[in-house]
Amino acid sequence: MDEASGCAAGAVPAASDRVQEPAAAAGRVFSARGLTKVYRMGELEVRALRGIDLELAAGELVVLLGPSGSGKSTLLNILGGLDAPTSGEVWYLDHKLTGATEDDLTRFRREHVGFVFQFYNLIPSLTARENVAAVTEIAESPMRPEEALAMVGLGERLDHFPAQLSGGEQQRVAIARAIAKNPAVLLCDEPTGALDSQTGVVVLEALEKVNQTLGTLTVLITHNAGIAAMANRVIRLSDGHIVDIRANATRKAARELSW
Amino acid sequence: MRALDLKLFRDLWAMRGQVLAIAAVIMGGVATLVMSLSTYDSLVITRDRFYRDYRFADAFVNLKRAPESVAARLAAIPGVERVETRVRAGVKLEVAGFTDPITGLLFSLPDGTEPLLNTLHFKRGRWVQPDNADEVVVSDTFADAHRLNPGDQLTAIINGKRKPLTIVGVAVSPEYVYQIAPGSMFPDFKRYGVLWMGRNALGAAYGMQGAFNNATLSLTPGTPVQDVIDHIDALLGTYGGTGAYARKNQFSNRFISEELNQLQIMATIFPTIFLGVAAFLLNVVVGRLVALQREQIAILKAFGYSGTAIGWHYVKLVMLVVLLGVAGGVALGAWFGQGLSNVYMETTFRFPYLDYRLEARVMLIALAVSAVAALSGTLFAVHRAIRLPPAEGMRAETPMIYRATVFERIGLQRWLAQPSRMILRHIERRPVKSLLTVFGIACACGLMMVGNYQKGAIDFMVDVQFRQASREDLAVTFIEPTSSRALHELQALPGIRHVEGFRDVPAILRFQHYSYRSAVYGIQPAGELHRSLNAALKPIRVPPDGVVLTDHLAREILHVKPGDMLTVEILEGNRPVRQVPVLGITQQYLGVSAYMQQDSLNALLREGNVVSGAYLGLDPGTESAVYAELHERPRVLGMIANAAAVRSFYDTIGEFVLFYNMVATLLAGSIGFGVVYNSARLALSERGRELASLRVLGFTHGEIAYILLGELALLTLIAIPLGFLVGVGLCGILVLAFKNDLYRLPLIIEPSNYALGATVVVVSALVSGLLVWHRLGRLDLVAVLKTRE
Repeated sequence: MDEASGCAAGAVPAASDRVQEPAAAAGRVFSARGLTKVYRMGELEVRALRGIDLELAAGELVVLLGPSGSGKSTLLNILGGLDAPTSGEVWYLDHKLTGATEDDLTRFRREHVGFVFQFYNLIPSLTARENVAAVTEIAESPMRPEEALAMVGLGERLDHFPAQLSGGEQQRVAIARAIAKNPAVLLCDEPTGALDSQTGVVVLEALEKVNQTLGTLTVLITHNAGIAAMANRVIRLSDGHIVDIRANATRKAARELSW
Repeated sequence: MRALDLKLFRDLWAMRGQVLAIAAVIMGGVATLVMSLSTYDSLVITRDRFYRDYRFADAFVNLKRAPESVAARLAAIPGVERVETRVRAGVKLEVAGFTDPITGLLFSLPDGTEPLLNTLHFKRGRWVQPDNADEVVVSDTFADAHRLNPGDQLTAIINGKRKPLTIVGVAVSPEYVYQIAPGSMFPDFKRYGVLWMGRNALGAAYGMQGAFNNATLSLTPGTPVQDVIDHIDALLGTYGGTGAYARKNQFSNRFISEELNQLQIMATIFPTIFLGVAAFLLNVVVGRLVALQREQIAILKAFGYSGTAIGWHYVKLVMLVVLLGVAGGVALGAWFGQGLSNVYMETTFRFPYLDYRLEARVMLIALAVSAVAALSGTLFAVHRAIRLPPAEGMRAETPMIYRATVFERIGLQRWLAQPSRMILRHIERRPVKSLLTVFGIACACGLMMVGNYQKGAIDFMVDVQFRQASREDLAVTFIEPTSSRALHELQALPGIRHVEGFRDVPAILRFQHYSYRSAVYGIQPAGELHRSLNAALKPIRVPPDGVVLTDHLAREILHVKPGDMLTVEILEGNRPVRQVPVLGITQQYLGVSAYMQQDSLNALLREGNVVSGAYLGLDPGTESAVYAELHERPRVLGMIANAAAVRSFYDTIGEFVLFYNMVATLLAGSIGFGVVYNSARLALSERGRELASLRVLGFTHGEIAYILLGELALLTLIAIPLGFLVGVGLCGILVLAFKNDLYRLPLIIEPSNYALGATVVVVSALVSGLLVWHRLGRLDLVAVLKTRE
């Protein structure tokens, strides 16, 4: 399923249209109502989401936990404007994402969302600094690339190409790239999935720091329950449903985590 | 079907766009190869069959007049098989409703029997009857140009006497497959014709009863032709023989040989380019495929498939692409070949029939050459697949190492946004591939230019020949050399603005062991109408007491330079042999000649102020009146009108030019599209993940397209000037390869031709870009979040 399906419902008001959401509440960044997603793979129907209701607030660090196939990536993709639900509604602040055009979704990602990928997805032909600059050049009020890299502890390796960096370093460049535009949301899909636990902790520390200093709503997907301890809230998914939402009374610092 | 073979077909299907683009390039190469070779074969087979069946002679000679009894002495020369004597008469012709001057060549036919040599193939009608003195057979080109048929009438002016003739047949002769009036530059079917009459009738009309002025001979196989020629010249010297010549120097046959030579050159140069480009494309595409299928290869090996089996798998894949290209190329080439053969038949060569042959040999050559090119191009990639150790294959490939480009190292990076840096670094990361891509695109531009080169070159030749050198409106030849008083007579005619006499005489030019049979032209030293040009194409004054030679004749044929003494063997009168200094070189694209001042030539011949003809400048609008006036003068043998000759020439070559333009556009387009589309698809395959990541980060469709297509646009832009160089180079090769004494092509490329070359490149790039733009819209953004490349 690709984002073209988002275009198909082009008659719906675009995200940029200021439509007052009925139940707008202070601090709320995302709200989703009755989200379902059905993929059709040949003869087969895969029901990835089966009715999700969710609200995410500014400044939160939320972990989406669940086994593979539980629907957590699909949910993240829909929140990030990469995919459209089969039914239900998603609001970002007072923009309705469902039914927005491809151009509007691109603008939404460009202005408000930072992505961190499992395999970093850095541009191999650009240095660390330039990978960040690629994004800041198209953003409205970004920080300087050096600033972003310093925040993730890479102030010294600005002019190295991805091939000259370790996996953990590459992922931190990716985080710097994601936060440099000062996004409202940081979406991370298994950011430590390709790393050993020691390096993974360093990456999580970077995310934690960003979340605390910039107050960016951070949504982190993992199937690793050990990571959940650093979240404000842990949302567990299974088989397309939210099984439970748990607020951590006491959060662990990323440095204390291990798995 | 075995599983691996199924994989083969599915792989091919998955990359069908690229497969088709490469097959199209192979197709282009095979098509030119098949077109050239099959047309070559067809012309050779047709020519040989026609020459054999219609007994084309081995040696030819013209003379002033010899009694028929001399024929027996010719026949007695050792090695001579058959001799046929003929009467050959230059005539003026009149066809009702056509006012331009027509010259003709009238040959005798033996009365009551078929000719022993150079017999005729009848398209319509029959032989002449010996007792009907007014019957004539005409050449089919002339008949077709005037829509003449058996039963129609025409008038010949033979020896100044008007003779009404009835056409009884329309025929083709092996001597005149290529027909051109003596002294003319181009074939002109309307204004020049070859005709045949009964020997008695023509003898009576031309004053040649019991005598002949032309003989043709066939030789027994294995006889050295030069020995026989020497014998003939010794024998006919006293009869005004103008030098015998062998079949290989016979004009029509020479022209066919040169044309065949061109076809062979085409069969080499163009397929080489196409197949070279195809090899490069296969190299990158198969190289990429092997890289993408690393894991599959590793798994197959882990299951126990041998390296050879894997290698063979990819060889089969390449061979399927080759087969596709060859099959298409043979079909297209056969179509082109038939087209080209037909164009030849309609415009240039009058064979009675054309056997179009596409021999199995040609197809096998095409297959073999393509297979060798393709396999050599993919050897490296296939070898890599064979050598890949399974364990290594299962690991991800190490990421590409990039560095700052030269451009940036010298401090220009602050002008470049990140996407532009990506473009430059990607180009610099794979310099050889980028260079070959540029070269491949440049080839498209160059090929287009070659295809359109002829037209511009011919325009230029015509301009030089008719507006700089031979500026006369009309060239008149007299029945025999005449006192220059005749010029005053011409000058007095109304409508004639300017008269320049000339004296020409057939001669053999010798220097050391080099010799050439030609004519020496005595012209006016500072003529206004007929001029010699220097290398810069500026008119020069022909100096007295020496000879000026066409550069090709001097350099390539006789190997003389100014200051050398040339031996001139005059083939007229008592055939004096004189030493003449070479005083200069002149530039000329059509034919080769030796020029002297008319006075000097007269002195050389120990004769008074004698001319063989005159160049005339006419007042505009008086052409028809002057033609009519001159036509009536018995001493005027032939007239060549330049403007008409040029017009008819353009009519003739129009079809050729059109045909070549079509072929060139198709081929250049296929190579341009093949290279650009493949580069684009390859780049997309290599960088799709990178671009999709950027899309996720908020780059627009247009912004990522800039990164991918910007690189192609840059390469295309670099390729265009390089393409101009390739075009000029290829045209230069043609110029060198097609150089002969009949014509030399000038290396002149018109601005419009550059524009066409660039247009083909830009259009193929745009089409490829559009297709890739479309694909960029379908990048899978969700997949890149999760997958490793």
